[in-house]
Amino acid sequence: MPLDRIRNFSIVAHIDHGKSTLADRILELTETLSEREMREQVLDSMELERERGITIKAQAVRVVWKGHQLNLIDTPGHVDFTYEVSRALQACEGAVLLVDAAQGIQAQTLANAYLAIENGLEIVPVVNKIDLPQADPETTATEIADLVGEDPERVLRISAKTGAGIEEVLDAIVERMPAPSGEPDAPARALVFDSAYDQYRGVVAFVRMVDGKFGTRENVRAMAAGTRFEAEELGFFSPGRRPTPTLEAGEVGYVVTGLKDVSRLRVGDTLTAARNGATQPLPGYKDVKPTVFAGLYPTDSDDYPDLRDALEKLKLNDASLFYEPETSQALGFGFRCGFLGLLHMEIVRERLEREFDLDLLVTAPNVAYRVTTQKGEEIEVHSPADMPRELERVEEPYIRATTIVPKDFVGSVMELNTDRRGRFDHMEYLSEERVLLSYDLPLAEIVYDYYDQLKSRTKGYASFDYDVVGFEEGDLVRLDVLLAGEPVDALSLVVHRQNAHPRGKALVERLREEIPRQMFDVPVQAAIGSRIVARETIKAKRKDVLAKCYGGDVTRKRKLLERQKKGKKRMKQVGSVEVPQEAFLAVLNLDGDKR
Amino acid sequence: MSASGGVRHLYVHLPFCAHRCGYCDFVTLVGKREGHGGYVDALLGELELERDLLAESVETVFLGGGTPTFTEPHELKRLLDALPTAREVTVEANPETVTATLAAMLREAGVTRVSLGAQTFDPSLLAVLERRAGPDDIRRAFYHLRDASFDNVSLDLIYGIPGQTSSGLRQDLDQALALGPEHLSCYELEAKPGTRFTHAWGAELAGQEAAMEGYFELVVDTLAAVGYRWYETANFCREGRRAHHNLGYWLGRDYLGLGIGAVSTVDGLRWRNAPRLPPYLGALAAGRQPPRELEELDEHTRAVERLMLGLRLDEPLPLDEFAEVLDLDALGRLEELGLVARENGSLGLTRRGRFLGEGVTAELIAEIPAKTLQLNR
Repeated sequence: MPLDRIRNFSIVAHIDHGKSTLADRILELTETLSEREMREQVLDSMELERERGITIKAQAVRVVWKGHQLNLIDTPGHVDFTYEVSRALQACEGAVLLVDAAQGIQAQTLANAYLAIENGLEIVPVVNKIDLPQADPETTATEIADLVGEDPERVLRISAKTGAGIEEVLDAIVERMPAPSGEPDAPARALVFDSAYDQYRGVVAFVRMVDGKFGTRENVRAMAAGTRFEAEELGFFSPGRRPTPTLEAGEVGYVVTGLKDVSRLRVGDTLTAARNGATQPLPGYKDVKPTVFAGLYPTDSDDYPDLRDALEKLKLNDASLFYEPETSQALGFGFRCGFLGLLHMEIVRERLEREFDLDLLVTAPNVAYRVTTQKGEEIEVHSPADMPRELERVEEPYIRATTIVPKDFVGSVMELNTDRRGRFDHMEYLSEERVLLSYDLPLAEIVYDYYDQLKSRTKGYASFDYDVVGFEEGDLVRLDVLLAGEPVDALSLVVHRQNAHPRGKALVERLREEIPRQMFDVPVQAAIGSRIVARETIKAKRKDVLAKCYGGDVTRKRKLLERQKKGKKRMKQVGSVEVPQEAFLAVLNLDGDKR
Repeated sequence: MSASGGVRHLYVHLPFCAHRCGYCDFVTLVGKREGHGGYVDALLGELELERDLLAESVETVFLGGGTPTFTEPHELKRLLDALPTAREVTVEANPETVTATLAAMLREAGVTRVSLGAQTFDPSLLAVLERRAGPDDIRRAFYHLRDASFDNVSLDLIYGIPGQTSSGLRQDLDQALALGPEHLSCYELEAKPGTRFTHAWGAELAGQEAAMEGYFELVVDTLAAVGYRWYETANFCREGRRAHHNLGYWLGRDYLGLGIGAVSTVDGLRWRNAPRLPPYLGALAAGRQPPRELEELDEHTRAVERLMLGLRLDEPLPLDEFAEVLDLDALGRLEELGLVARENGSLGLTRRGRFLGEGVTAELIAEIPAKTLQLNR
């Protein structure tokens, strides 16, 4: 296919603004799928994606429109996958920017629009859902026009649901977006913008051929990873797998690599010919590192091997998932896992529970810390339990957070962000009613109860997005919990010094409620080193007797006693204190952390 | 069944009551006056069948209920006359059933001790418990017993009744003490989940939970201050007036129980008669033992029970008898906490340990071996 007949594009949108529905209509209208074959939202192939209404893995579908080959590259819609989105956008020349006519621009609209603009893409602005009674297409069109610097007249008005205006979108893609540029005769260079793991064929790479071409059975090299493999099969999706003998400059398709490990071929890498290949990789490869960590433990300790197997399998498909074995005094054997963000964590947890039928306990998450020890050693710490009590300095990840809210809530958001150690960056009015707030915040403040707070303080009207921008030194301390004087490793936290007292207080109060009274007073303390910052006492029981016991009751009373004895066995012994598993769960469990 | 004839403690269950009180969980039958004679026949029949188990001389007999004194007086007398004589013969009584005549009849029939179910002297709390007697009925019954020359009377009291304050409890104890009973049994009200009573009063009980924490101490301190001996978790007496029948249970002795729902424990075998009347009457009319639930008690279980029961008493237990069921680490811990005292090879609970008796006992008992657990399933 000549380059001028090819258009590569993405649809970028905030969650639920209708991206998948538009994709469906495009497949329908281009007769890529007959209506009978049409399954709603075919691009979201995983069960989970369909339910959550978001896309985890990018895919590319080829359609034909008025003699042109259009490659629709689907992008994940969420902040955690910004890097993947940016790679997917790099494979395109244009992007359809889709905005809900009733909701207007949202935080992810902006994030994605900026990414698209940064990648030099031609933007086709589209207002969707014009059929909704509460739709305000004109205001929304003006907002988008302002954002991308377009004439509001050129903003398309459609309803993906009813099909109105879809042809115009396809025409605009052909007319407004540039054809791919590339050197058909140069050494092959292909950008890997996504990969998936197929049980039988190994790693399948989704690529955009930039220069040259690949043929089936060609020996290929991944330039960043150094991995070599034979291209077992080349092809494209339409929307099923269609093998072809070659992939040529400008085209989008897949390469079956036969590799058994997804980490050997990372998103962003450049593929070239193994012999006489290109010398210069395509720009922008980045090794993405997890920023959010949490402990994953099987509720039933017998399930530990199953959890390990499940994580191994997930990792095949998700190179950004990190895990290492961890042992907790309170929770037994599990794994410390690293994620790209909170949503990524939620997705992994749900997949483990749903696809692998595991019952999991997920501890409250923390961020990655860069620590300089007193000996001058630099280490990365993924768990508060590993945080040295004595240290030289700690750095924590910072984000640039964008929040869009109706103007009445600006004060609430500012207050929340200030409470959370935020630094004001800037504020702008998107329209008379809606305001964009930009703050720099420590990521750690987002992982702890931030979304719920934001939601309740803005009555759900806020949209929020962030980007990790770097590490900064913070006045952070390790906060330990002591039960009857014994430290409980599993309950340690890393907090900002100014929050140590309130967090410590909340924690010991919670524990006092959750730990049953013992036969002696139990002090519950929160401490920084040897300094106690909060203290509660679980008062000793004053009485614990079986009221009456005569000849007729002996068996029943003995059984009560035996049951109590068995109950004790399930308790965790911390020094002399018996702590029920549930008490740890209440404090450690992510779900139990809603204050 | 062996004819060893070693059992020295006999329990007889008389299930009949005028009315079932809301908090009660004993095997009781309301009314059925016309059936009392037939039931006494069956009891005597069962006694005949089991007589070989009894020792030559029986030490204690205990008639419990139900309301034994609600039984038709001539049937009650017929029963008492036919039972073996003993050093201590106790009958449980409800105040409203005790008349001068009845008291005299009991005394003549060889009863030595009466346990009077007073529960409380507060009219509104008696109403909560659905008791029929008023405070004056309790006092009247007590004096009838004294008039019939009973010198060993026990009062049952219940504390922690919905609506009972600590000053109310103190008044209750004062009124009981004013009568000068030889013995007092004081129980915290047990609101069993699912009962009518718990349904009606559960919320109120939960509300006064914090206050009730101190009631047990209040009872113990008040009674000890006027010279009663706190000889068992829930029982107090004047010197020399312990309930010897119940002491038999707490010392792990064998006992024979007659009547519906009655439990016997003889030579490591425990059985419980079925609690329903018709099968009981039917079996004994045909000269057969009533339907029973059997439980075999192995050595370990018996030792656990002896420990559990023995620790309720105020006298230390010989350590060596319990070596195999004691968790020695726990023993050390509890000793450090001042809940258990070890002295000259014996083991007892300290005062604070007695208030926490259940938890302490559970802690003291070593892991139950798997074999025993299987047997008990």
